[in-house]
Amino acid sequence: MLGRFLDSDVFYSFRRNPLAVGSAIVLACILIGSVFSPWLAPTNPFDLASLNVMDSFNPPAFMPDGARANLLGTDEQGRDVLSSIMYGTRVSLFVGVLAVAFAITLGVTVGLVAGYLGGFVESVLMRITDVQLSFPSILIALLVDGIARAVLPRELHNELELYVLIFAIGISGWPQFARTVRGSTMVERGKEYVMAARVIGIGSARIMFSHILPNVLGPVLVIATLSLGQAILAEATLSFLGVGLPPTEPSLGTLIRIGQNFLLSGEWWVTIFPGVALALMVLAINLLGDWLRDALNPRLR
Amino acid sequence: MFAFIVSRLLQAIPVLLVVGFISFGMFAFVGDPILFMLGQDFTLEQKEALIRQLGLDQPFLVQYGHYLWAALHGNFGMSYRLARPVSTLLLERLPATAELALSAAAFAMIVGMPLGVYTGIKRDALSSRLILMFSLVGVSLPPFLIGILLILIFAVLLGWLPSFGRGEVVNLGIWTTGFLTWSGLKALVLPAISLGLFPLTLNMRLVRAEMLEVLRSDYIKFAKARGISQRAIYFGHALKNTLVPVITIVGLQIGGLIAFAIVTESVFQWPGMGLLLVQSIGTADIPVMSAYLQLIAVLFVVINLLVDLLYYAVDPRLRIGRGGGH
Repeated sequence: MLGRFLDSDVFYSFRRNPLAVGSAIVLACILIGSVFSPWLAPTNPFDLASLNVMDSFNPPAFMPDGARANLLGTDEQGRDVLSSIMYGTRVSLFVGVLAVAFAITLGVTVGLVAGYLGGFVESVLMRITDVQLSFPSILIALLVDGIARAVLPRELHNELELYVLIFAIGISGWPQFARTVRGSTMVERGKEYVMAARVIGIGSARIMFSHILPNVLGPVLVIATLSLGQAILAEATLSFLGVGLPPTEPSLGTLIRIGQNFLLSGEWWVTIFPGVALALMVLAINLLGDWLRDALNPRLR
Repeated sequence: MFAFIVSRLLQAIPVLLVVGFISFGMFAFVGDPILFMLGQDFTLEQKEALIRQLGLDQPFLVQYGHYLWAALHGNFGMSYRLARPVSTLLLERLPATAELALSAAAFAMIVGMPLGVYTGIKRDALSSRLILMFSLVGVSLPPFLIGILLILIFAVLLGWLPSFGRGEVVNLGIWTTGFLTWSGLKALVLPAISLGLFPLTLNMRLVRAEMLEVLRSDYIKFAKARGISQRAIYFGHALKNTLVPVITIVGLQIGGLIAFAIVTESVFQWPGMGLLLVQSIGTADIPVMSAYLQLIAVLFVVINLLVDLLYYAVDPRLRIGRGGGH
């Protein structure tokens, strides 16, 4: 399996593209640093016993009066900024990955059903898709989050905020998948293997999900990569606006929002470093997505 | 032409009805207004009288009809948080958002188009490549982060421009404007740049791509062969023909600008509709949320319609038959 991958065209084009290799390395570092943050981070930002208010607002280590222990400085409660970033990135990635998974599930199902069944079902589903696509996705995520906030009682809401966010961002992202999958499903539907399956009496659901699905996943992979960047940004934006994750469970967006309060008094590192981490992660994901799109496009080979 | 407009309007009606239904659903299923209004002590008769008075005993669809009728007349109820009519709140804040979005769109056009022409003409120059690279980084930065960086540089470090608020405004009856005072203009600069940066890069890339396309065409080669000056070729002949798609994209951008203004307004504490929406979501203020939702839906339907009409006006292929063009 691994040998086949290393010999493939895709890996060859990856090796030849320094920008893609660089992005992959940056992304791998971010992934390892965030997923294993409980073991790798210098301190645990949630361990109240280890915090010392005397350490608050230490500048980064490279500045004249910075402390060596805190590479990127400390925040208003003396938390190490680097550790907060590592823990926060983990939360951001968790929300982003699950939101995209949700969007893929919903979008691919809608696209398959619309493309395979056609007729009235197709026109209704595609009309919904078009309408949603004409609104900016961040607005939809914001409103879904707002409705959930109004429907759920306060205590329950704080507990479920993580999943509310995943739902809101996933709901705002599915139409792209539906549209692409519907297009490729319509092409696949006319092919002989689908006719053969139908002739021997296999049901529609099984044809869609076990015969057509594997053949339409290529473009889905590309959109999924680019959507991951968008989903992470959407989560950061909502948390930055104060309607996302609370300070007790901070993502990068929450850290930037809290840090913004200290910008005017000169403690810029509390907000800028989480911002840089977010931008680096999204840039790396977008560059990898661009490369993947070109690599999987047969016309460009 | 007439049939085209009518069919577009007919398509918009279900969209608006669905949005109205969602906004009404927020009211109907979230919280109980009776308990909210009566407080702790009440008799059963009082409760039933209030239910009749508010029309809550009527069928769901009748209530929905009443709701739509009131919304059509600009009555969206009272804000839970501020205890004032929602329509007044939104109207008060509309000028701030409109001026911000307009300034950002103008900035994106005035800076983006010349950059697009420049990078299109000098496609291999180092400066063009640098501009394109910066635009890629700019697109990957989240909008609120750009705002924070601008505040850090121009408000905190250099102290040139204010970091929040709208400055002094002049009241013109129903419209308040920041365009007429020096402090209003100064306060506008950073928010407009941070909101306009993303559409700027889009405009630039679009104009550049169109320029490259047009410069390859035969009529440009003929113009060159006839000895027409470079300047006349680039600006008189080439740029004019790139404008068709640019108009459409800029039109569509206005809607996006109003949506993203939510983020910019929060960064700069700009007193517009977006800031109102964010505060309302934080406190579950449903009347404001539902009114904003309907306002945005109407706005998007109108913008999409105008863009379609513009397409129709500038692209003659659409006029001949439904099959040609797109």
